Amino acid sequence: MTSEADKPARSSWVLWLPFALVLSLGVLIWWGLSSGGESRLVESRWIDKPVPEFDLPPAMPGQPGVSSRQFSDGKPRLINIFASWCIPCRVEAPQLEALRDRGVIIEGIAIRDRPEDLARFLADHGNPFVGIGADQQSAVQIALGSSGVPETFLVDGDGIIREQIQGVVTAEMVPEIVARLERMER
Amino acid sequence: MIRFLAWLVAVIVALGAMLAPPPAHGQSGLPPAPYAYKQIDDPVKEEQARELMHELRCLVCQGQSIADSDAPLAGDMRSQVRERIAAGETPDQVRSWLVDRYGAWVTYDPPLGPETFLLFVAPLLALLFGGWLVLGRLKRAPDTEKETPA
Repeated sequence: MTSEADKPARSSWVLWLPFALVLSLGVLIWWGLSSGGESRLVESRWIDKPVPEFDLPPAMPGQPGVSSRQFSDGKPRLINIFASWCIPCRVEAPQLEALRDRGVIIEGIAIRDRPEDLARFLADHGNPFVGIGADQQSAVQIALGSSGVPETFLVDGDGIIREQIQGVVTAEMVPEIVARLERMER
Repeated sequence: MIRFLAWLVAVIVALGAMLAPPPAHGQSGLPPAPYAYKQIDDPVKEEQARELMHELRCLVCQGQSIADSDAPLAGDMRSQVRERIAAGETPDQVRSWLVDRYGAWVTYDPPLGPETFLLFVAPLLALLFGGWLVLGRLKRAPDTEKETPA
């Protein structure tokens, strides 16, 4: 008799379960759709890995290009992915100058840029780069797992990429970047 | 009347906004990469490249494949896919080269791995759960017949 009485109670609990699952799925989808209004930034997976092999020609006359061979000389440095047509890069320029003034080596990679546009950009916003490589077809950008401009990679003295910064390097980030690069020195 | 005038002004302003030149956008002035819009000579390889391009996600215009997008970065990725396949790489090699850099997220056909495990197993679990529910019902059916005599 008791087992008969138990049965409906148990089955009603089980029958509510699919409903609860569908409801929670609905909430999850609603949350996903409403919170992801702007497209997400795709982070690079090429972290804690050596700088991929590349050899970019100079983007500016009288200034070297960027080659992956430079990166294992014991000195940590930044790779800054930028372009003259990139509007946030103008906002970032003063911070790169500040980093250069504090002794940070910055290698520039100019994405899909024309020499005359780049020259004007550097004249207006400063040229904190030790070298600028011309990445006309975003090949090095893709090899680094970078998905936009500006982006900055922290590379240690062994040529291993340690960190990716997506978007503009802000003034508050400057001391932290300097400290991290100092710690990477060997 | 005043309301009509206000409405008219709103329409004119809206039209003006539509006709005005778009704001200067961050867009490269360079021509597209060599194989962004050009097919490779080998039709078999072009077909392989095309198939792969349809399942690779555009990084800047998310929700589109690189085959569907006119973004310069998508064009550069298409050119890379074609160049690599023309040089003898298999579509799988090209895909995993990109997955190494951008994660399984970059493909619409993600590989089975620790990240995507749940994605593949969830439908199976749902099916098993459903089967278990149905079995439970079927087993109980004779009982209910007994309880309610015809």
